[in-house]
Amino acid sequence: MIRSLLKFLLGKMLRLVVLLAAISILSFMMVKMAPIDPVQAYVGADLLKVSEAQREQIAAYWGLDQPPLAQFLTWGSAVLKGNLGTSMTFRQPVTDVIAERFLSSLALMVSAWALSGLIGFAAGAAAAMNRNTWVDRMIHWYCYTLAATPAFWLGLLLIMVFSVWLGWFPLGLGVPAGMAADQVTLGDRIYHMFLPALVLSVTGIATIALHTRQKLAEVLDSDYIIFARARGERGFGLFWRHGLRNIALPALTLQFASFSELFGGAVLAEQVFAYPGLGQATVQAGLRGDVPLLLGIVLFSTCFVFAGNMIADLLYTIIDPRIRSRDGGDPLEAG
Amino acid sequence: MKPDNLAMPDTASGGKWLNRRQRAVIAAIASAMVLFAVLGFGLALPGSGLDARLEIRNQPPSLSHLFGTDWLGRDMLTRTLKGLTLSIFVGLAAAASSVLIAAIMGLAAAMGGRYMDHIIGWITDLFLSVPHLVTLILISFILGGGVKGVLIGIAVTHWPAMARMIRAELLQLRETDYVRLSSRLGRSRWWIATRHLLPHLLPHLLTGMLLIFPHAILHEASITFLGLGLSPHQPAIGIILSESMRYLSTGLWWLAFFPGAALLLIVRSFDRVSEYIRLLIHPASAQE
Repeated sequence: MIRSLLKFLLGKMLRLVVLLAAISILSFMMVKMAPIDPVQAYVGADLLKVSEAQREQIAAYWGLDQPPLAQFLTWGSAVLKGNLGTSMTFRQPVTDVIAERFLSSLALMVSAWALSGLIGFAAGAAAAMNRNTWVDRMIHWYCYTLAATPAFWLGLLLIMVFSVWLGWFPLGLGVPAGMAADQVTLGDRIYHMFLPALVLSVTGIATIALHTRQKLAEVLDSDYIIFARARGERGFGLFWRHGLRNIALPALTLQFASFSELFGGAVLAEQVFAYPGLGQATVQAGLRGDVPLLLGIVLFSTCFVFAGNMIADLLYTIIDPRIRSRDGGDPLEAG
Repeated sequence: MKPDNLAMPDTASGGKWLNRRQRAVIAAIASAMVLFAVLGFGLALPGSGLDARLEIRNQPPSLSHLFGTDWLGRDMLTRTLKGLTLSIFVGLAAAASSVLIAAIMGLAAAMGGRYMDHIIGWITDLFLSVPHLVTLILISFILGGGVKGVLIGIAVTHWPAMARMIRAELLQLRETDYVRLSSRLGRSRWWIATRHLLPHLLPHLLTGMLLIFPHAILHEASITFLGLGLSPHQPAIGIILSESMRYLSTGLWWLAFFPGAALLLIVRSFDRVSEYIRLLIHPASAQE
């Protein structure tokens, strides 16, 4: 068991390394083709104060006067040592920016992820248990409408209703304005995180709900459910004893496989609420031409998505006893 | 933006004098008319509503300005319709190019031999491994934003799932008797791909485009909203919404509410059209 797990992890790591290498080469090549002059992006508003000689100094300082291949080699070897360079907008090492920003994004993403999973799962289960009734149709209608809603627009609506009209929640930002970092309590953070997390959760609900409905509907058509019904079981008891276990794992797996959408949704939600997370940093990097940060985030988000997919794979092979017992009991050989 | 694995037909018995197919046709036509009405108005409306008229600025919705006016006195209804028209065109073009890439990749993977299949499978995984929005931001940044950046970005990010579907479909098709016979008769792979497989794929390509379009239009709005898409001078829903953010706290709710709701309506009616068209094209899957 342990050996096959190690083998599985080793294989995955190898794939990740190849993937990251390919992505760094591709994105570095593309970034070099961008029409935006990095020196210009760095100088920004001080355009008139910077002389030609200073520009050359800046270019030499960042290594921008080298040919692209030499630049890539310099960057690539630094990345291998764990140094992603310095962010031009934040004037900090990229790794620091990503670590700091990701921590605050992580809180947002985890709560939204859990929320969307729970709501979606409950809605999907309710729809399947009440198949072809008005409950089912309502949930369906709701899911499709939710899936067609631009998440950032929903964020704007929530701000208008809850922050501007009712005044229940702050207008944005991760912490109260004008407060020193050590005075901010956990309550403040949660209070500021509530609306963004709600918006972010919306992106995942429809997928998980419709998937769960489909799976549970299949389960409900099975012989053992018909037998259970014949014995007189019904309603929530039937779902609890015979349905839940069969659909919980696929739903959880799907939820882990949705890290890509989660990250994308976080970018939008953070932008709407001015929440200081990694998503907002991504947008700033794109807008200001902060190449090192942008490349760092591309690599980091790739790892993030990869981790989610890997957990999904692991869940499939480890938890489900039926998969474990297949082929004489070594689940991970196939993975 | 429909989660695409489930076609949920309305299972209620519903009207007694129309069968489901007839109801599907009617619903598809009705939804299509909404889309065409928006397109028609968006193209036909005079640009005068977009001129700044400061004497009527910041007006709430009224009969003369159904969606209200903005801080420059521009009519929000005109801006919304023009923006939607642009979004629909960008979305259609992006979805079409995406489907084209998917078709080429799928065909090449299924017909190009084992190595080709491996390579394309790897490329597909590569494109799925970075979050769509991050790729979109990267590509927009590289191409300097604008319609071109959005179009290419969306086309490049949305093909993988579709390509996988096409490949799977083709692998099945390749084993059918008439294709095997054709290959025994000495037809080249290219001949088989273009004469036997491609015609079979066309309905799939159409439905694929219908499935991708809502994603495309929403991603266009998102990336424009973030400031990396269409330029601020173009009338786009994303631009309208990102500008409206500055006026949220002053209570100008109509600046954000109507354009977003209109976008939602468009995506939703397109969803319906595509759902019903799929029911009509693939009647066998309608019972799922």
